[in-house]
Amino acid sequence: MATETVALVEGEEPGGLVFHPFDQFEIKPLFGEIGDPVSWYTITNATFWMALAALSVILLLVVGTRGRAVIPSRVQSAAELIYGFVYKMVEDVTGKEGLKYFPWIMTLFLFILFSNYLGLLPLAFTPTSHIAVTAVLALGVFIAVTVIGFVKNGMAFLGLFWMKEAPLFLRPVIAIIEVISYFVRPVSHSIRLAGNLVAGHAMIKVFAGFAAIAAISPLSIVAITAIYGLEVLVAGIQAYVFTILTCIYLKDALHPSH
Amino acid sequence: MATETITAEEALAVHGAEAAGPGMPQLDVSSFPNQIFWLLVTLGVIYFVLSRFALPRIGAVLAERAGTITNDIAAAEELRHRAREAEGAYDKALADARVEANRIVAETKAQIQADLDVEMEKADAQIAAKTAESQAAIDEIRESSARNVSEVARDVAREIVAAFGADADVTKVDAAVDAKLGERA
Repeated sequence: MATETVALVEGEEPGGLVFHPFDQFEIKPLFGEIGDPVSWYTITNATFWMALAALSVILLLVVGTRGRAVIPSRVQSAAELIYGFVYKMVEDVTGKEGLKYFPWIMTLFLFILFSNYLGLLPLAFTPTSHIAVTAVLALGVFIAVTVIGFVKNGMAFLGLFWMKEAPLFLRPVIAIIEVISYFVRPVSHSIRLAGNLVAGHAMIKVFAGFAAIAAISPLSIVAITAIYGLEVLVAGIQAYVFTILTCIYLKDALHPSH
Repeated sequence: MATETITAEEALAVHGAEAAGPGMPQLDVSSFPNQIFWLLVTLGVIYFVLSRFALPRIGAVLAERAGTITNDIAAAEELRHRAREAEGAYDKALADARVEANRIVAETKAQIQADLDVEMEKADAQIAAKTAESQAAIDEIRESSARNVSEVARDVAREIVAAFGADADVTKVDAAVDAKLGERA
C-alpha cells in the first residue's frame, strides 16, 4: 500500500498534463515542516486567510469610518453602503424585531464576503470553500434560529410545521415534509456555499492544467478569465444568498405563523 | 514533494489525506478542529469589533446625516416661509405708501388751491382799491385843470381889456368870460 502510493506520486510528476485542482484547498501549517500534524491550535493557511478577512473588515468598517464624517470619504461611503445593504435586508425580511440580531448577521455576511473575495486572489486559500467552516456557520444559524424560535414563541413555534391553510387530511403529510425540509436547511445552507466556491476554484485549476499544452493554452486562458469573472459574481452572490437565507430562517423563528 | 530517497512512511504522511480519501482536503476530518477553532476566533473578533466599534459608529453617522438633512430641509422651508412673508409685507407697504402718497398729493393740491384763492382775492381787492384811488386822482386833476382854464381866461380877458385902455368892471368881464366858456362847454 505504502509503496504503491509512492509509485503513484512518482508517476504523476513528470507527466505532461498535471491536474491538482484540490491542492489549493489543503490545510497546511504556516510555520514548520509541511508534514507537521495539524492540531486544533496550529496556525495554518486557513488561520492566515481568516485573519486577513477579519483584518479587512476592521480596515473597511473601523479604520475607514474613523472620520465619522457627515460627508463621507470613499471608504466610509463603501462601509455605509454595506451597512445599509445588510441593515435593510434584515429589516425588510425579519421586521423590526430582527434588528437585534443585525450584528450577528453582519458578522456572517462580512466574514463570508471577505473570505470569498480574498480567496479569489492568486495563490490564496479560501476558508469558505471548506465544509467544516460552512457547516459550522450553517449549524450555528440553525441552532440559534431554533433556540430563538422556541424562546420567543414557546411551543407555538411548532406551528411553523402545521399548515393551517392546508386541508386537514393533508396537514400531517405537509408537517412531515416541513420537518424534513427544516432539518435539511443547515445541510443545503452549508453545502451551497462551499460547493459553489470549490467548483469554481477547481474549475479554474483544471483549465490552468490544460494550459500546459501550447495549442490549447490561449483557449485555456480565455476560459480562466471567463470563469474568474463568473467567480467574482459568485463570491458576492453566495455571501448574499447565505445572509438572506439566514434572515429568512430568522423570520421563521420570530414569526412562525405563515 | 516525494523524491527518490523519501521513505514510504514519509510519503504516506505527506499524501496521507489524498491517499486515504477521494482527494478532497475538505473531507480530511483531521483538519476540522483547527478550522473550527480558528473560525470561531475569527467570528468572535469580527463580532466584537462590529458590535463594539463599527456598527454603532456607522449607525450614529447615518442618523446624524439623516438629522442634518431633515434639519436643513426644515430650515429651508422656514426660510422660504419667511421670505414669502417678507415679500407680502413689502407689497403691502408699497401699496400703503402709494395710497398715502396719493392722499398727500391731493391734500397739498387742495391746500395750494385754497392759498391761491385767498391770494387772488386779496390781489383783486388791492387792484380795485388802486383803480379807485387813481380814478379819484384823475378826476381831481381834471377838475382843477378846468378851474384853471376859467381863471386863466378871466385873467387874460382883464389884461386884454386893460391893454385896450378901458377901465372895465372886473365882475362884468368875468361874467362875460364865464358866459363864453359856458357856451363852449
